[in-house]
Amino acid sequence: MEILYEGHGELVGWHDPDEHRQWVRENKSRERKDKTMTVAEAVEKFVRDGDFIACGGFGHVRVPMALIYEIIRQGRQNLTMAGKTAVHDIDVLIGAGCVSRVEVAYSFGHELRGLSPAGRRAVETGKCKVVAEISNAGYQWRFLAAAMGLPFIPARILMGTDTFEKSSAKIVRDPWSGKPICLLPAAYPDVAMFHVPRCDRYGNAQIDGILVEDFELARAARRVIITTEEIVDEDVIRRHPDRTVVPFYLVDAVCEVPYGAHPTQMPYLYFFDEEHIREWLTLSRTEEGTKAYFDRYVFGVRDFEEYLERVGGIRKLNYLRRVEQLRESMWAPEEGND
Amino acid sequence: MTDARYTSTELLACVAARLLEDGKSVFVGTGLPMIAAMLAQRTHAPHLLIIFEAGGIGPQVPVLPISVGDSRTFHRAVSASSMHDVMSALQSGYVDYGFLGAAAIDPYGNINTTVFGDWERPEVRLPGSGGANDIGSLCWRTIIVMRQDRRRFLKRLPFVTTPGYLTGPGAREAAGLPEGTGPYRVITQLGVYGFGEETRRLMLLSRHPGVTVEEIQANSEFEILIPADVPESAPPTPEEQRILREIDPAGMVVGK
Repeated sequence: MEILYEGHGELVGWHDPDEHRQWVRENKSRERKDKTMTVAEAVEKFVRDGDFIACGGFGHVRVPMALIYEIIRQGRQNLTMAGKTAVHDIDVLIGAGCVSRVEVAYSFGHELRGLSPAGRRAVETGKCKVVAEISNAGYQWRFLAAAMGLPFIPARILMGTDTFEKSSAKIVRDPWSGKPICLLPAAYPDVAMFHVPRCDRYGNAQIDGILVEDFELARAARRVIITTEEIVDEDVIRRHPDRTVVPFYLVDAVCEVPYGAHPTQMPYLYFFDEEHIREWLTLSRTEEGTKAYFDRYVFGVRDFEEYLERVGGIRKLNYLRRVEQLRESMWAPEEGND
Repeated sequence: MTDARYTSTELLACVAARLLEDGKSVFVGTGLPMIAAMLAQRTHAPHLLIIFEAGGIGPQVPVLPISVGDSRTFHRAVSASSMHDVMSALQSGYVDYGFLGAAAIDPYGNINTTVFGDWERPEVRLPGSGGANDIGSLCWRTIIVMRQDRRRFLKRLPFVTTPGYLTGPGAREAAGLPEGTGPYRVITQLGVYGFGEETRRLMLLSRHPGVTVEEIQANSEFEILIPADVPESAPPTPEEQRILREIDPAGMVVGK
């Protein structure tokens, strides 16, 4: 195939497909075994300094925040993160100094809530480096290629732009149509983390609502950590196998963390905690504020349950449930919450 | 610039909504595009199919979503799907309209949402493409909604995040982008623009009430093609305003 153009962004997370197959053969157990552990154990075991990491969900939706806070607590360094539309997760990880390299589809912004002070400051001062650009579909198709065990996948995007120039893609001539076509290299994160509504102890994880790119990402990643609202009996999974997005053989750790996506939204269960997100966006305008945030919500609490108490406890969580269920308006004042 | 009976954002939402046809499909993000699509559905286009890039297809949106993956984007939807599914629909030609925002635009409708200054060590780092490059590459007609001034309407962009007509007629097809696609309209606080067939350059189609042609040109670094007779955009009707308040009761977007 004739190569017409090559992007000059860094090739993040690529492996030769045979090397990956071999790695899977040697490292991924197909045994049906209990993988439950604590969030602290999961991070200790499967997230290493310098890893290329990615989170499930999208923006402020279904983000595995308990794992994010634990990565900060354990002080992981020099992580590269997939900015696959990574918003709150990547912002706090950059703010905490854990993530120093990003491949960006969409980062450093909080959609309607405005831009990220912490993420932007880090990039504009050189503390965090953008190593490549891509688009949302492009990232997700990089994961699809990896999930399929392929070295690349073609797509009709990026062409003609600087996004392509700063990507790791190549443009070739399609041997069938004769037209230029963009080849996206596979991306295999070292670790992918997901928060789901239910999962059994073997790692059969179900998701309610849109999947975003979790189906592809879970199959692309070498290690998969699941946090779940509840660990359910295997029989619950088997009653609705059509809802299983991540089967057990992909999964390395299962951690039960009710409200584990807070302050992001868990579809059907609880809404965004806008008050808390606003607090982060306000505090992270300065280095001191950023530090104060982590002291209060990460280093200053024993565990995720104490964190939940600190962000407003059962009163706040019940409120977020009512808002998600459309029983209360999003901006209604929280009665009695001081 | 506008009279006190409506806000500038209300006007933008109405102008955008009127572009969307019944029985077609539109890819939307949060904010103004979402409002425009909801307004179109509640006025002239009840069968407009709304698609969100995170996987929500055909929702009956109860309140304004604040995120593209928000559960409101698949409330009573026909499908709660995946990004692979909806991006593939986009690539296969099922999506008629797509909305984009932009920090800067050039005469050919190329847009920048990535960086000002040097890419390696930027003066201002912006979020990047997100789904914009995908929408701008693949959907039939792209509608860009943005603020207009001399720092945003640029002769040359520091970074082309998303393709417009690239360098002019035929350039998209030569680059390998799908045939017959490209920017359709640009809507700003001053007017509505299209792209001339022969030049693929930005051309004024209507100016908002009270805005002069001189003002429009003064707020652009490059020369905008201005036909001899340019109509005024129709202001929001009381009915449109009533629906907008229904869609966004808290004034999250429209009130701004």
